[in-house]
Order: sequence, then C-alpha cells, then structure tokens
Amino acid sequence: MSAGRQRWKSNLLPPLLLLVVTLLAWQLLVWLLDVKPYVLPAPGSVARAAIREYRDLLAAVWLTGKAAGLGLLISICLGTVTALLFSQSQLIRRSFYPYAIALQTVPIVAIAPLIVIWFEEGFHSVVLVTVIISLFPVITAVTTGLTSIDQGQFDLFTLNRASRWQLLFKLRVPSAVPYLVTGARTAAGLAVVGAIVGEFFVSHSLTHRGLGYFIQFSVPNLKVDLLICCVLCATLLGVLMFAAVSLAGRYLLDRWTAEMEQH
Amino acid sequence: MISASQIQVIFRDQQAAVLDQLDLQVERGEFVTVLGPSGCGKSTLLRLIAGLQPLTSGRLEVGESEQPPQLGFVFQDPTLLPWRTVLDNIRLPLELQQLPLEQQLQAARQSLQLIGLSDDDATKYPRMLSGGMRMRVSLARSLVTEPDLLLLDEPFAALDDILRQQLNEELLAVWQQRQQTIVFVTHNVSEAVFLSQRVCLMQSNPGLVVDEVEIPFPYPRESALRGEPEFGAMVQQVSDRLRELVT
Repeated sequence: MSAGRQRWKSNLLPPLLLLVVTLLAWQLLVWLLDVKPYVLPAPGSVARAAIREYRDLLAAVWLTGKAAGLGLLISICLGTVTALLFSQSQLIRRSFYPYAIALQTVPIVAIAPLIVIWFEEGFHSVVLVTVIISLFPVITAVTTGLTSIDQGQFDLFTLNRASRWQLLFKLRVPSAVPYLVTGARTAAGLAVVGAIVGEFFVSHSLTHRGLGYFIQFSVPNLKVDLLICCVLCATLLGVLMFAAVSLAGRYLLDRWTAEMEQH
Repeated sequence: MISASQIQVIFRDQQAAVLDQLDLQVERGEFVTVLGPSGCGKSTLLRLIAGLQPLTSGRLEVGESEQPPQLGFVFQDPTLLPWRTVLDNIRLPLELQQLPLEQQLQAARQSLQLIGLSDDDATKYPRMLSGGMRMRVSLARSLVTEPDLLLLDEPFAALDDILRQQLNEELLAVWQQRQQTIVFVTHNVSEAVFLSQRVCLMQSNPGLVVDEVEIPFPYPRESALRGEPEFGAMVQQVSDRLRELVT
C-alpha cells in the first residue's frame, strides 16, 4: 500500500504537475499577449471545442481506430506469413527482401493518393494504406527472428535429426515470438499514422469521417481548437494501440520472461 | 567407440587447418577428457565426432555397428528453450525422434531423477533456475536418449568451483550407473584428472593430440580424492606437460 503510494508520488505526480503548470502558463500567455484564437486558442477554448464536438470526435476516433486496428491485424498476419516464406527459401528471401526494405522508406503520403485512385474512396482504402505502412516492420522483425536462431539450439536439433518442419515450428517460430512483439509495437504506432494519412485522401466523399477528415476540415476553416482536439485524440489513439499491443505482447511473452516468484 | 586417424579440418573462410593429422582412439565405456588451451580445436573435435562439423580429410569412425550410436551432447551453454518447462526441455530429443508422448515423459522423469532434480523443478521454466540447475537440466536432456556416447563441451566452465566439483561428482555417478562412453572437453586440469581414466592433451595451431596421460585412481572417486597428495602430484604433472605444449 505504502509502496504503491510511493510509486504514485515519484512516477505520476511530477508529470501531472508539469501538465497543470503548462496548461496554466498557456492560458495566461494567451490572455496576456492577446493571441488570436485562429493562431493559438487557449486551453479553455480547446476544452470547449472538445465538449461541443465530442460526439463527432468520438465517432472519428472510433472510425480511425477501427481502420488502424484492422490494418494492424492484417499486417501482423500477412507479415508473419511472408516472414515464414522468407525463412523457408533463400531464393524468395534474396529476391524480395531488398524491396521489402526499400518499400519501407517510400513516404506513405506519396503512396496514399495512388491507393485511393486505384481502389476508390472508402474504408477499405484507408485500411489498405494502414497495411502498407505497418506491414514492413512486422516482416523485417519476424524474418530476423526466424533466421537468427541460437547456434547451440540449432545444433541440438540437428543432432536429434529434426525435420525441417520440427525445426520451423519447435525452434524458429517460438524463437521469433519476441521479435514479432517488437515489430507489432512499431507497427501499432505507424498504423495510426497510416489511417489518418489514408483519411486525408478519402475525406472528399464525406462517407468516411475519421480523424483525418476532421484535421483536413479544420485547417481551411481556421478551427485551430478543433485541430488541437484532433491531435490530442490521434495521440491518445496511438498510445492506446501501442499499449494494447504491449499488453498482448507481455501476456504472450510471459513464459519468456517468467520471474523467480512465479510458480 | 571412436577411431580417428589423420583428421584434418579446415574452415571454409580460413587458410590454416584447425585440426591437422589428429589421431584419437576411444574404447567402449571409457571416460576420456580432452585437455588443451583455449582455441586449440577441442570443441571442433567434439563437433566432428558428433557429426556437426564436416571432415576435410582423414578417417573417422564413430560407433561399432552399422547403425550410428545414440549420441548425447552437452554444450558450453545450457541451450535450454526458454518457452518450455524443465520437463519439456528434457524430453525434447525424444520428441524430435517422434517417440510416443508417454514414453517421452517417462524417460524424462527418469533422467530428472538420475540427475537429482525434484518433481517441483520439472514444471519450472529455465529463467527461474540458477546457472548450476540449468546445466543439470541440460545434462538430464542429454541423458534422456540413454546415449551410448556422451560428448561434453566444457559444460561446467561457467560455474563456480564448488558447483563444478559437485557436478563432476554427479557426472561420475551417472557414468558408473550407465557405463556409457564419455568424451569430456575441458581446459581445467584438475577437472580432467578427477574425472577421466585418460587425459588427451591437445596443442593448438594446428590442433592435434600430442600426448596421453593415464589417470590411475580407482573408481568410485569421491570428493576426498582432491585432497590426496597423489592427486595433487598428478595435476602438477599434467599441468607441466600442458605448459610445455603452450610455450
């Protein structure tokens, strides 16, 4: 109990205090310097905008979150299957791996409009953009995990005349799980970026009002308070996705990191 | 059990031979240690016997019949799979050889007992174990197939002295019970003298067995042997011979 309180005091109190101080300073500066609300609204008016638009904002977060989550899920599955293929054939890996790495460096904002042109506007295009940005971290991480196994463990399997499949499912796949978790964590953050960028380009149809739509809508209308709300929501969504993947990862890795006190 | 003559091993990316003109004979049921400085190719020799390392030239026969012998190998690291419990780690070799599960479990429990681990330990994961316990599990895993030939590659090098001595005694007890052939690689002179009937001394660059010393102490050897003056003299003699080879 007292240990918990101690942790609360040392870990949570300082950042919370800093937040309050920053908000107060921000409010004060806006008042004192008379900053126009279309440049920087006071935290109070941001809060008011959030309350005014909370239904639309929540719906937007839900929609963007759905696209990001679905895209991430597809990336994890597709990335793992691709990595399994890579691990089984040198030829396939040598042929495709350089492109997998090169594609990672292509800016997503440049690809997103192409996707929307090819696949038309709609939820599926947003998901597709999300998959494209979040797929490659999974592929590279899992491929690394599957191919860089411990020499001693490999020898052990060789000595006992393990088949290719035994080697894959009893050694390579379990060895790659921690790598998958790391890759998925990176992908989770990128998925939110992908979903919002995707929404920039499908927002014209007004059928998909995600966070990307609201960001695009706020800028020409000088609704900076709403824009800040969107930024906060997007951040929150990113943190949530990251936390969800981390939690799932920790559950999965329980055996890998089991502590002394567990039985 | 092992007959090696004029063995030469050259690694693909290297010019010089790791092992050259190496001869080694090991009889069935014998306990032999291979002693030499670091980097003299002791591990390579062991991997060669295990079939993990291809031969460049020479002749190597392992086993007596047409069928290759059942091998047990203990690595420098415990090399346990962290996602498997102790029992599941021990039964892995049998699982890979696709024996029925009931048989795997039975053999694993037997092996667990042989090495002095409790049923409580069986359900633990490797992370929960100390270094010495992990090495015991690794040893139990190598014994689960009831190997005719047990190869150990500096298994206790990372352990503290007392633990190493304990495990030496446990290994001897297993050998007395099972009577398998053992080739034990080490760079620790006292360990080699305590364990084996015969110490093969290796030199490096290129690696080859240059001398053999018979260790006359009768079995079962107890911990007290280490305090005997004859034991100290024997360790001294082997150390001196080894020093000549290194310099």
